[in-house]
Parts: sequence; C-alpha cells; structure tokens
Amino acid sequence: MASRLRPWMPCRPGRPGAATRAARTAPAALSLAVLLAAALAVLAAAGVQADTRLLSARVVTPDRLALRFSAPLERTDPANFRFTTAQAPDVPIAVTAVRRAAGDRVVLTLGQKLSGSEHYRLEIADPPLSRDVRPSTWALLITVLLSSALINNFVFTRYLGLCIFFGVSKKRDTSLGMGATFTMVMVFTGMVSWAIDSFVLRLLHLSFLQILVFIGTVAFVVQFLDTMLRKTHPGLHKRFGIYLMLITTNCIILAVPLLNAQGSAGPLESFALALGSGGGFALALFLMSCARERTELARVPAPFQGLPIAFALAGLFALAFMGFSGLDFFR
Amino acid sequence: MSTVLLPGPAPTARQLILNGIFAENPVFRLALSLCPAVAVTTTVANGLLLGVAVLLVQVLSSVTVTLVRGFIHPRVRIPVYTIIIAVWVSAIDMTLAAFTPALYAQVGLYVKLIVAFAIIISRLEVFASRQPLVPSFFDGLGMGLGFLFALVVIGAMRELLGAGSLAGIPLAPGKPLLFFALPAGGFFSIALLMALFNWVERRTTGKSSAGGAGGTHGV
Repeated sequence: MASRLRPWMPCRPGRPGAATRAARTAPAALSLAVLLAAALAVLAAAGVQADTRLLSARVVTPDRLALRFSAPLERTDPANFRFTTAQAPDVPIAVTAVRRAAGDRVVLTLGQKLSGSEHYRLEIADPPLSRDVRPSTWALLITVLLSSALINNFVFTRYLGLCIFFGVSKKRDTSLGMGATFTMVMVFTGMVSWAIDSFVLRLLHLSFLQILVFIGTVAFVVQFLDTMLRKTHPGLHKRFGIYLMLITTNCIILAVPLLNAQGSAGPLESFALALGSGGGFALALFLMSCARERTELARVPAPFQGLPIAFALAGLFALAFMGFSGLDFFR
Repeated sequence: MSTVLLPGPAPTARQLILNGIFAENPVFRLALSLCPAVAVTTTVANGLLLGVAVLLVQVLSSVTVTLVRGFIHPRVRIPVYTIIIAVWVSAIDMTLAAFTPALYAQVGLYVKLIVAFAIIISRLEVFASRQPLVPSFFDGLGMGLGFLFALVVIGAMRELLGAGSLAGIPLAPGKPLLFFALPAGGFFSIALLMALFNWVERRTTGKSSAGGAGGTHGV
C-alpha cells in the first residue's frame, strides 16, 4: 500500500535527495519554532496582564448593552467605560448607569437609543479591554433586507422609480415579469458597482466620478444581460427582454449603488440592500397592479381617470406601509 | 402630442417656454420624472433647489447635444446622451454641495439621480438632437422652468397644508394637516393637482384631456 510514492508526498529518509532537502528545510523549521515561542510568550504575558476577559457584548434595545466577563469586574463606575459608534469614534455615547448582574455579567445603560443593527466599539479602562460590538452576519443581512424592502420601501417611502412603477403596473402579468427581471438586474449591478467603488474609485480617490461610473456600469450590465439572454435563452429573452431595456432609466437601479457608496457598506450589506430593494419594488408593483386592475372596473370621476387615481392608490399604499416604520427586528 | 415638432414656421422662444410650462408641463402633463416631484417637495425651498438643478442640467445638456450632434453616430446616441447628462449632473451636484450644504443634505441623493430622469433624456432625443441651437436652448429653458414651476407648486401646497408655513415663514399656528408632509400625502397632492390640471384643460378646450390621463407616461 505505502510502497508507491506519489510526487507530492514528503520524501522518506534513505531516498536520494532527502538529506539535502532536510538540510534545506532545517533553518526554516528553526525560525518557525522561534516565532511560535515568541508568540506564545506574548500571549502568556497578555494573559497575565488581563486575566479578566470580555466574553460577549450584546446590544439590548432600546438603550442597554449586556456584557459577559470571564471573571468579576472590579471597577463598575461609568467612567471606566467608553462607548462609541464605529462611524464616529471621537464622540463617546454617555454611559449613564452600570449594573452588576449574576454570573459575571454587567449591564450598561446608555444615554441614547441603540440599534441592534449598528456597529459600535466598547473600550474599558481597567482592565484594558476593547471590543467591536456588531450584529451577527445573519442579523445584519436580515435587518438590511427587510428594512429596505418594507420599512424604507423605495416606491412608497422614498418615492424612487415612480415612472416605471406607474408605467408597468397596469397588468398583473407585466408587473410580475418586471419585478423578477428588476430584482435580478439589481443584485447584479449592485454587486458590480460595489466592487468598482471599493476596489477602484476609493483607492484612486476618484469618488467624484461615482455618478458617471455607476450609470455606465448599469448601462453595461443591462446591455450585457440582454445580449447573453438573447443568445443563450431566446425564450426567456422574448418574455423579459422588453423590461431589461426599461431598467436603465429607472432611478432605483442607480440609487442602490449611490446609497451603498454613501454608507460605505460592506459586500454583505450591499447584497442585502440590492436584494431587498429589488424585492420591495417587485412587491410594490404586484400590489399596485392588483389594485389597478380593479379600478378599471370602477367608476372614476373624469378628471381623475388614468394617472391621478393611480397616484391616489399609491398614496393609500404608502399610508399602509407607514405601519412598518416602527418595526425593529432585534429587541 | 409634441406640438413643436409639427411642420410649419419655427416656434418662437416665447412659445417654447410657455409650451414647457403649461401645454407640456413635464410633471403634470407628460407625467415624466415623478420621483423627485413627490420626494423632495415637502417644502418650497427643497423643491426650488431641485428645480434649479434640473433647469441647469436640462439647458446645459440640450445645448451640448445640439453642438455635438453631428459627431454622434445614431446607434450610440443614447449612451452618449447619458454620459453628457452625467457629466453635467456631477458638476451641478458638486456645485450645490459646496454652496448650499444645508439644503443639499436633504435632497442630495435626488440631485445625483437627475441623471436617470426621463424628462431630460427624452427632450434630448425628441428636440435637441433635431433642432438648431437657439430653439434647443429655449426648449430646455421651458422644460426646466415647467419642472421648477411644478416642484414649487407642489412644495408650496404641501408646506402650507403640512407645516402651516410658506418658504419657511409661519402662516398658521401648529400643523394644520400633517398628513400632507408625510410620504403618502405627496402622492395625494400630485393626484389632486393632476386632476385639477385635467379639469382646467377640459373646461378650457372642451375636449377630453390627452396628457396625464393617457398612457404616454413611462420611460
């Protein structure tokens, strides 16, 4: 079994060349050992210095922060803690009260409302500890997704993409097709623009070209998808091709990259925002098309026929969507 | 429906401007670029800022397209128009950010989104790419003024009803109808104003309206 020697297996002693190879790898192994020892020494020193470790930090809405330590904390006066948002590390948020709880837990009460989806930083003076307080990946993904789809629905609360919205929401079929195409293109352009913005524009300090680059990206992606779809899936292209061309003139498709760039969002947030706003737009289109099919049969006063009544309908939907505004997913 | 493209004597500057403000008002009649019309019009000042930005972008891109249209191959004209608009929008965006930072903080995103406004590119396609420099300039001016007019009217209505003030000057105590300052109120204001325009049109011409009520909106 073991007699066959494959080229990528380490050489066994006794074979020609093994001795020289061992001699060559010896200094490398030695330096590795030295490095390891140094790292261990540093770790040991740190362990001696900070025997109390911060095991977890979690935001408890509306204004508390729950901490769990490995040993009881000695100083629990508010001055011992410094709490800031990740965006503004120079402006501390006032710590108004500190309370000990069972099992080496400490609960901080802060002077302002906290959000379960924000990034914060906690620094402790004694023992010297610091920690980034951030939501888990899934929490972040779901928060951004749902808030962009429902709370900040692009159509009903940010009023973007209205031209297309009123244009294609007359029939349920078209609205579904547009919604699906739109969500797909949105995710695609969102990710491409995010990559261009964070890997090219920021590095070269060319952020003033954002508008030009993003609209170019959108036009390019749409053209690319159109060509690809026509060559590979002619049936799909026949059904969805017409919507693709409409997408270029939609403001939402441009607003998503701009919002991402404004908030310096990470890849995951960008993805969630693109998916959420595409889904929110599709939802709005579907709801609106259902309602408009009914107004066809209703008796509408003459001056209100056509667009005005559609606007009034959109107003009613916006009113309903206001109900989402207090929604918080992480209490 | 574009009256200015009919054969006959060239339209005068006055006709073109009035056409943009009333007969083909971008918001109320053509129903184009509605997003900013609802989004930023909670106060007169916001509407004015965005209106001025659109006016400048429209005039400048109309003039630019007229000047360079001989060099643009017809098959790539839409991307080229988009780039021309994007250049002017970037310039106006940075100018407004520098000179009116407080207002810009509220409407900044929408200023950037002027680049995707249907009204601008449709005027370039319909008018500026076919007409000489001077009429293009006045057409751009008329359309921009029509847009500015619409935004200021909607802004005034919503500010008056929602916040009880006009251009920042308090007129009524408290907040009479806060509803109109909310997102939903924007949609209702436009519905009411559009219906008013249709009603006036029916009264004056005696025929069924063609503009906002028809299916001409969209791209």
